[in-house]
Amino acid sequence: MNCQAHLYRGQDPKLLTRRWFFKDCAIGLGALALHQLFREAGFAAPESPTRPPVLADPLAPKQPHHAGKAKNVIFLFMAGAPSHLELFDYKPQLARFDGTLPPPELVKGYRAAFINPSSTFLGPKFKFARHGRCGAELSELLPNLAEVVDEIAIVKSMVTDAFNHAPAQIFMNTGSTQFGRPSMGAWITYGLGSESSDLPGFVVFSSGAKGPSGGNSNWGSGFLPTVYQGVQFRSGGEPVLYLSNPRGLDDSLQRRSLDALERLNRLRFEAIGDPEIATRINSFEMAYRMQSSAPELMDIAREPKHILELYGAEPGKASFANNCLLARRLVERGVRFVQLFHEAWDQHGNLVADLKKNCRDTDRACAALVKDLKQRGLLEETIVIWGGEFGRTPMVQGGNDGRDHHPNAFTLWLAGGGIKAGLTLGETDEFGFNAVKDRVHVHDLHATLLHLLGFDHTRLTFRFQGRDFRLTDVHGEIVEKLLA
Amino acid sequence: MILKPHRHWALAFLWLLAGPLMAAPEKTPGRLDHWAFKAPVRPALPEVKDRRWVRNPIDRFILARLEKEGLKPSPEADPITLLRRLFLDLIGLPPSIAEADAFLADPSPDRFEKQAEKLLGSPHHGERWGRHWLDAARYADSDGYEKDKQRSVWFYRDWVVGAFNRDLPYDQFIIEQIAGDQLPGAAAGQSVATGFLRNSMVNEEGGVDPEQFRMEAMFDRMDAIGKSILGLTIQCGQCHDHKYDPLAQEEYYRLFAFLNNDHEANIAAYTPEEEMRRAEIHRGIREIEAELRHRHPDWPERLARWEEEARGGQPEWTVVRPEVDDISTGGQKYLPLPDGSLLAQGYAPTKHAVKLTVKTDMPKITAFRLELLNDANLPLGGPGRSIWGTCALTEFEVEAAPAGDQARKEKVKIAAATADVEPAEAPLAPIFDDRSGKRRVTGPALFAIDENELTAWGIEVGPGRRNQERKAVFAAAAPISNPGGTVLVFYLKQNHGGWNSDDNQNHNLGRFRLSITSAPQAAADLLPRRVREILAVPREERAPAQTAVLFSAWRAAVPEWKEANERIEALWKRHPEGSSQLVLSAREEARDTRILKRGDFLKPGRPVSAGVPAFLHPLPEGAPPTRLTLARWLADRRSPTAARAMVNRVWQAYFGIGLVSTPEDLGTQSGPPSHPELLDWLAVEFMEGGWSLKRLHRLIVGSAAYRQSSRVSLELLALDPYNRLLARGPRFRVEGEIVRDIALAASGLLNPNIGGRSVFPPLPAFLLVPPASYGPKVWPEETGPERFRRSLYTFRYRSVPYPALQTFDVPNGDFSCVRRVRSNTPLQALMTLNEPVFLECARALARRALEEGGRSDPERLAYAFRRCVSRRPSAEEEKELLNLLEEEKRGFADDSKAWELAAADPSHPPRLPEGESPADLAAWTLVARVLLNLDETITKE
Repeated sequence: MNCQAHLYRGQDPKLLTRRWFFKDCAIGLGALALHQLFREAGFAAPESPTRPPVLADPLAPKQPHHAGKAKNVIFLFMAGAPSHLELFDYKPQLARFDGTLPPPELVKGYRAAFINPSSTFLGPKFKFARHGRCGAELSELLPNLAEVVDEIAIVKSMVTDAFNHAPAQIFMNTGSTQFGRPSMGAWITYGLGSESSDLPGFVVFSSGAKGPSGGNSNWGSGFLPTVYQGVQFRSGGEPVLYLSNPRGLDDSLQRRSLDALERLNRLRFEAIGDPEIATRINSFEMAYRMQSSAPELMDIAREPKHILELYGAEPGKASFANNCLLARRLVERGVRFVQLFHEAWDQHGNLVADLKKNCRDTDRACAALVKDLKQRGLLEETIVIWGGEFGRTPMVQGGNDGRDHHPNAFTLWLAGGGIKAGLTLGETDEFGFNAVKDRVHVHDLHATLLHLLGFDHTRLTFRFQGRDFRLTDVHGEIVEKLLA
Repeated sequence: MILKPHRHWALAFLWLLAGPLMAAPEKTPGRLDHWAFKAPVRPALPEVKDRRWVRNPIDRFILARLEKEGLKPSPEADPITLLRRLFLDLIGLPPSIAEADAFLADPSPDRFEKQAEKLLGSPHHGERWGRHWLDAARYADSDGYEKDKQRSVWFYRDWVVGAFNRDLPYDQFIIEQIAGDQLPGAAAGQSVATGFLRNSMVNEEGGVDPEQFRMEAMFDRMDAIGKSILGLTIQCGQCHDHKYDPLAQEEYYRLFAFLNNDHEANIAAYTPEEEMRRAEIHRGIREIEAELRHRHPDWPERLARWEEEARGGQPEWTVVRPEVDDISTGGQKYLPLPDGSLLAQGYAPTKHAVKLTVKTDMPKITAFRLELLNDANLPLGGPGRSIWGTCALTEFEVEAAPAGDQARKEKVKIAAATADVEPAEAPLAPIFDDRSGKRRVTGPALFAIDENELTAWGIEVGPGRRNQERKAVFAAAAPISNPGGTVLVFYLKQNHGGWNSDDNQNHNLGRFRLSITSAPQAAADLLPRRVREILAVPREERAPAQTAVLFSAWRAAVPEWKEANERIEALWKRHPEGSSQLVLSAREEARDTRILKRGDFLKPGRPVSAGVPAFLHPLPEGAPPTRLTLARWLADRRSPTAARAMVNRVWQAYFGIGLVSTPEDLGTQSGPPSHPELLDWLAVEFMEGGWSLKRLHRLIVGSAAYRQSSRVSLELLALDPYNRLLARGPRFRVEGEIVRDIALAASGLLNPNIGGRSVFPPLPAFLLVPPASYGPKVWPEETGPERFRRSLYTFRYRSVPYPALQTFDVPNGDFSCVRRVRSNTPLQALMTLNEPVFLECARALARRALEEGGRSDPERLAYAFRRCVSRRPSAEEEKELLNLLEEEKRGFADDSKAWELAAADPSHPPRLPEGESPADLAAWTLVARVLLNLDETITKE
């Protein structure tokens, strides 16, 4: 996850992590000439994302290629792959042909994970209705989302390359089914930096019955510098690993220890002259600040009651709802990319009961997040994405209450940050098997997101192993129809 | 020297950072002309002005360049800094105070060389340098992907450590890892080395196509060979011709073809002690059998009579090739093999009943035979899929219907079950616990037809003999006869696995085959197939070893030899379990390798034969297309890149940046070498010195360049921020493992044992369960001395990397890594300040200071300080730390508060040294914590 090329093409590894050094260099360097030197060298100048900053802090806010519509992303990753057929993509024909075999030409050459492709169709299990001014069709399982349906764009024609969980999750999050590429959050933090000075730029939460299949690589930095990798927060207990002082060590002891440590490190810096020591001094300072800023962030009990109710969040409890509220709080504090993993959607069986439960757990909080961001004026600059790694088969798995993995068509929705609200994009065929109109490939989604954030996806690159890598590899078309 | 800043300098600095220090490469270099594609030739040593500085040829190259730039090398570092640098470089641990004192007291002029020699001979040397290779080998202790199950592959890790310790020549080191199993007279250890290729991830999530992920693993192996051995980026060739280097897609697949003909094998590996025990057992058995022969000289006649009896009466079996019902597999894949058997692959459910349907024209069916077969791809060769290669059959059921009239399908009543192994009833091993609370057992074949869910036919007979072919025969109560043929539906119920199918808890059949017969009263043949095969050989043509096999099979059944047989059984019971190791073993038949369109295994194009890229050195004439040929080619003296790639990485480990800054890619897109002649000189020296890495180490640490002080002036920092010119010594934060090992060593907690299974130091429990991890993961936290082993031995789950290592940029083994990043972040600060093991180190260091550091606080401080950074504190540093100590001693007036910090378990505080109070220990703990967190402590200066 973090093997990479910090030394490439004349970049100084030591100068890549300069944030605290410059930001607070008064504490460590005093009258040292280095300060002046660096300042004259112009580290504060805006950096172009294709030429990564050399002197500047790697997490300092940066200007993208063009003025972006959005500057933050909250990705609600519904791991396990929710059924588009029960939630968004109503197929009366599928209901009609329930229990019959699919036309052979439809499943010719189709590879399924578990089932024989020639399994009978399973009709949709829930009722659908049209909602909002846009009249988008939604399942009865999503009453809360129905309230904000005019704020979101639904893409019914997503397609992906993989149909096993780990590779497909890695694909959705890194643009490759092979491990080792930077995640979307890492790319975006690399391109835009972060506006938070005492929290990581890319924060990850996990809820649900399991953890994500792709594991840490879903938010890894690949060959990008490790400062861009997602930092896993916990919604209960210590939010960040080892954030709390050890038992028996209160804040004043910590402060005095850190003061002594700083003075000792400074003595060494004066003797040796290695700026890495100054960075270390500042890392400790930032750690100290994080010790108070992170618990403050996590303390949702301070939110007014109506906000807690809006999300269905309960202080002290670990839940997807709490994580949604925390996502908003993070974005408010300048964190660039927040990703919530909710692994619960792999309904090979128990489709009806599990979907009911999953929607009970998530629908209210997802809609609340959109509403809350909007009422705070944050939705304009924040893209919210809801979706999983693939869809589910129109064919049944098992008795009559399950669906297998399906890469040919699935649905996700987006909101905010330059997305055309109220849009329903794309169509699948009459059985929800293939995306047939306005197909949006995962690479296209990536290209579009980068565009909204101000990047030409072909130019947000990082040189590694002798070539320029990018999130979209050699693919990706901006989905113009999605843009407001 | 700190210069007054000047705008000119600043601009120069900016330019240096913004653009490459070296001349930019030509835009369109002649691709074949690229320096790295030509074998290195030893260049002449450049002339230098200041010859007194030069200690060895390396310095000539370094100094020539410095003189060209108008720079001077830095003075030699002070002895103690140099000593610590040498220790960290050669063994990855700091020197002890005694070692430092001995070094300083040594008056001999070659004390440094002597010290280097000592460290090169230390078993910790292999740990430190083996770790670099393990990055390249993407070593991890788990499968990766969703399930990320534990795998036992530490024999490979120990093989690597051992190879560095015994200075296995690098060419041989490569050859054994690529094809150790194919070397003439290969020993077991040499097959373990092929674990290098097997370190690829394995995806066993539900519903995978195993072939797809075998291909992913193949791509990963190619990438690992490219980065670590060739020093070239070859993975582009997976999908298309390389855009920059002269590697065609076809050439990629020709290399691929060398690697494509293997089983993904899993063998038992034994430690030297276990090997000795095995040898004793086999010797013991041979002696007992020799004794029997000696005491019964008529044995040849008796054996011959037994053979006659054994030969007759075997029913004729017809293999059936049933269809697998997809829904019944629980997500497991059943691969049909040419011999009619099925091989279980992919996801392994812990409970399922596979349904198999076949139509047969046999007019009368009296019995069914289930053969359990070995397969190299199964754990320890199978025949089962459990971690021991065993399996359990809960129930065997079969239905029969006349072909064409499925409605008349009826369950076949089974009258008898016999098997060639009928173990006594035994409860399941703990790994198969399904949390039902019920007593579940394995035992004789009857357990598979007793309609009891809790009993199963098992094959477990202990290590040493469990991984062999087995068979059971199920006789129908009445013959099945259908004139128009019969449809048979078999249900093989395998419900004796554990509760967690995301862990190694399955107990499934691995490879098996079904047959039917019309013979009356068919029963399982008690003789193994290999005995039958020997029986078929005319007596006079048999080799002595074959006769010995027959003798063993016979003597076990001679009633009057009960006592001898019992002694042999007792010997078998002493057989060690061993450990599994993933290796490669060649298939009998090569696979058909084709160019894959855009790297898609579903789009094979034209076939290719094994071969090597034209821009590199050629293969020997007529070399067979084996892995061994590839291995020898990779490590060939004529290889333009093998030696350069390795010396460059060794250089990188010492100086923080390679002579070529992109060690994974020496191709046309690589960064230009800072000292091209030195790179070539070292590469040639390395090869001509018998590919000895220890020789290379001696050379580097013996250079004046290595011994320079790392103190840097502003001027020099501006001119050469990466220290590529080496006008100063290296200075950088040590690797993640060493950050932690330094704390363990300084505190005295370190358990310095070498090798063995991976260990489980403390880890926050929530990381190991959902929703942090996909499924619950096994992490039996160590409570004994294994808690404080070197970080090299920390168990590595790919999906849940150990935080104290991950935070310090340790790669997790998902892919080959030949260059780590070195970050400096607040999360690292939180780690060394607050992580429990670091805190335990601070407590232990505090106690040591009190117990061993002397009587006065300044003495104790110097002691603790030296344990961390080797040197003594300056007066100013001493003052700072003593102030902290004094202030905090007063702060812990209350004992219980002091113990909270100073004791691992405050309710059971440790005994204090005479005359010390809990407040003293708490204050010292704080001081020790500061010392362990110093930048200098985790830095190689």
